[in-house]
Amino acid sequence: MIPVIVVGIYLLVIAIIGSVAFRQSKASTEDFFLAGRTVGSMVFFLSIFATNMTAFAILGSSGQAYRQGIGIYGLMAASSGFLIPLTIFFIGTRLWAIGKRFGHQTQVAFFRDRWECSGIGTVIFILSVVMLVPYMIISIMGGGRVLHDISGGMVSYWAGCLVVALVVTVNVFFGGMRGTVWVNIFQTILFLLFGVVALAVISQHLPGGFGERIASMSADTKTSFLVTRERMPERYFWSYTLIPLSSIMFPHMAIMCFAARQVTAFKRTVVLYPLAIMAIWLPCVFLGVIGAHLYPGMKNPDGILLRMLTENAPVWLAGILGAGIISAVMGSDTHQVLAVSTMFTKDLFGHYGGKEKYGEKGSVHFARGFIVVVTAIAYVVALVTPESIFELAVRFAFSGFAAMAPVMVAALFWKRSTKYGALASTLWVALCLAAVWWLQNYSNAMAPKPGQAAAVIFPALGHLFDRSTANVTSYGFLPVVPMVFGSAILMIVFSLATRPPSTETIRKYFETTQARKDAA
Amino acid sequence: MVMKKTLLTLMVIAVYVLHQDFWNWRTAHPIIFGILPVGLAYQAGYSILAAIMMAVLVRFAWPKHLESAAPEKPASPPKEGRA
Repeated sequence: MIPVIVVGIYLLVIAIIGSVAFRQSKASTEDFFLAGRTVGSMVFFLSIFATNMTAFAILGSSGQAYRQGIGIYGLMAASSGFLIPLTIFFIGTRLWAIGKRFGHQTQVAFFRDRWECSGIGTVIFILSVVMLVPYMIISIMGGGRVLHDISGGMVSYWAGCLVVALVVTVNVFFGGMRGTVWVNIFQTILFLLFGVVALAVISQHLPGGFGERIASMSADTKTSFLVTRERMPERYFWSYTLIPLSSIMFPHMAIMCFAARQVTAFKRTVVLYPLAIMAIWLPCVFLGVIGAHLYPGMKNPDGILLRMLTENAPVWLAGILGAGIISAVMGSDTHQVLAVSTMFTKDLFGHYGGKEKYGEKGSVHFARGFIVVVTAIAYVVALVTPESIFELAVRFAFSGFAAMAPVMVAALFWKRSTKYGALASTLWVALCLAAVWWLQNYSNAMAPKPGQAAAVIFPALGHLFDRSTANVTSYGFLPVVPMVFGSAILMIVFSLATRPPSTETIRKYFETTQARKDAA
Repeated sequence: MVMKKTLLTLMVIAVYVLHQDFWNWRTAHPIIFGILPVGLAYQAGYSILAAIMMAVLVRFAWPKHLESAAPEKPASPPKEGRA
């Protein structure tokens, strides 16, 4: 009961912050979607980090470590700590400047203007929404499951999903971006503390201590794979280093970049980002590995941390730590809901005449109405659809957004890039996603068990398409590898083969304001 | 200027390559601080290295020209068919 009360208080605080932010809001889309581009340095860091971290960072990381061992840290956390700050540094800062100069509030608005084409923006919009919405739905599912587990079953899954959907809706509906970033301050601090506190509490109760456990696992051939990477293929590990390219391409991350008050806000963010990832992932991965030794054979390893906390932490502390997990769920979910609403309002409603007809105030009303409708639909879908479908869709979405990174890089840094290059890349990504989805389902029956060699899907094609336990691979590489390189090649080839945008547009995006003034 | 760019690019490439610590793949030893298998300790150290790399980039490759970005005009609708 106590954990439910603690989490309940936490959710109430979140809703209150959203309503306080409402009182400070103005009736403009820039204020609602981007907090008037006034997010300061530290808040920017806390908020962009919350945007990118989901419950996976706590529950999924420990669950994956339970299944695959310590390699998960290098595979997902260390590679993200390297690449995400780099993309924020090179891409995020440029997006911020372009948004500031020309008033863009979404990536799609930038692409449309940069390549002088409405259609390319619409195609990218459709693909982005198709990839983002499953992520939003699975966040609601994750929140419902966590509330159910923390409460020991007192809160049913449907009620848990409902609570998460309602709190997210209230927070975003009233507060917009301002409410969301205010809440993020509280949320990020809470879940950054989660790992360290969980580690300290569990270590107090663990018989023999961590060192003895690790030594014992290392000495036993049945468990040694958990403390090494002997079951993790090197090509799989390398392939994964491309996945964090997706981060800046997720609409909620890119939109967050538009919201900073000054570009200097990015300085602190990019330096602290790898350390913040480490603060969450390292304890969670470590505890997941220890948990695999303590409680072998769990049917749902994602519940390992909750089980360790329930058995080793006082109930009030388990409640606070539960609130930390919910923070991770909601921090990201609120940004996803806001991003979908921003895109529909700016890239569809506003772009196709809604803004002229209904004005700024009408656009904000549309956005608020959309938020209610989209979370209601997401909630219903979360109840009636198996989670596994969305887990797969989200996995593919990371590859898809990563493969869209060459489009953004070309738009920002390559004058000669064209809308046809962007279109070819986008269609390539969509085609790959459809093909991999089909191959994944087709090969489910032949998926090997963990530790076994990958199965060849079509013997006549050799290792072009293999099936590992969880993924389709190509010569041992994850699909993200051909997707990213194919996208980059198509961008280059089709751009070189077609006419570039007008000189006026190229000057607009590639010359500084001063240079253009001087030239004039 | 060119020298600085080259050195910074080499630094980023070197840090990227260091992520692939194949020499730690099949062993847990030495156990660092008595609790961390070497593969995990290495990658944790790598996260710190990534933060240092970003600090160096912020210090020596910061896009200062972006700091003066100011609103120019509202985003105009795309000019269809000009490309």
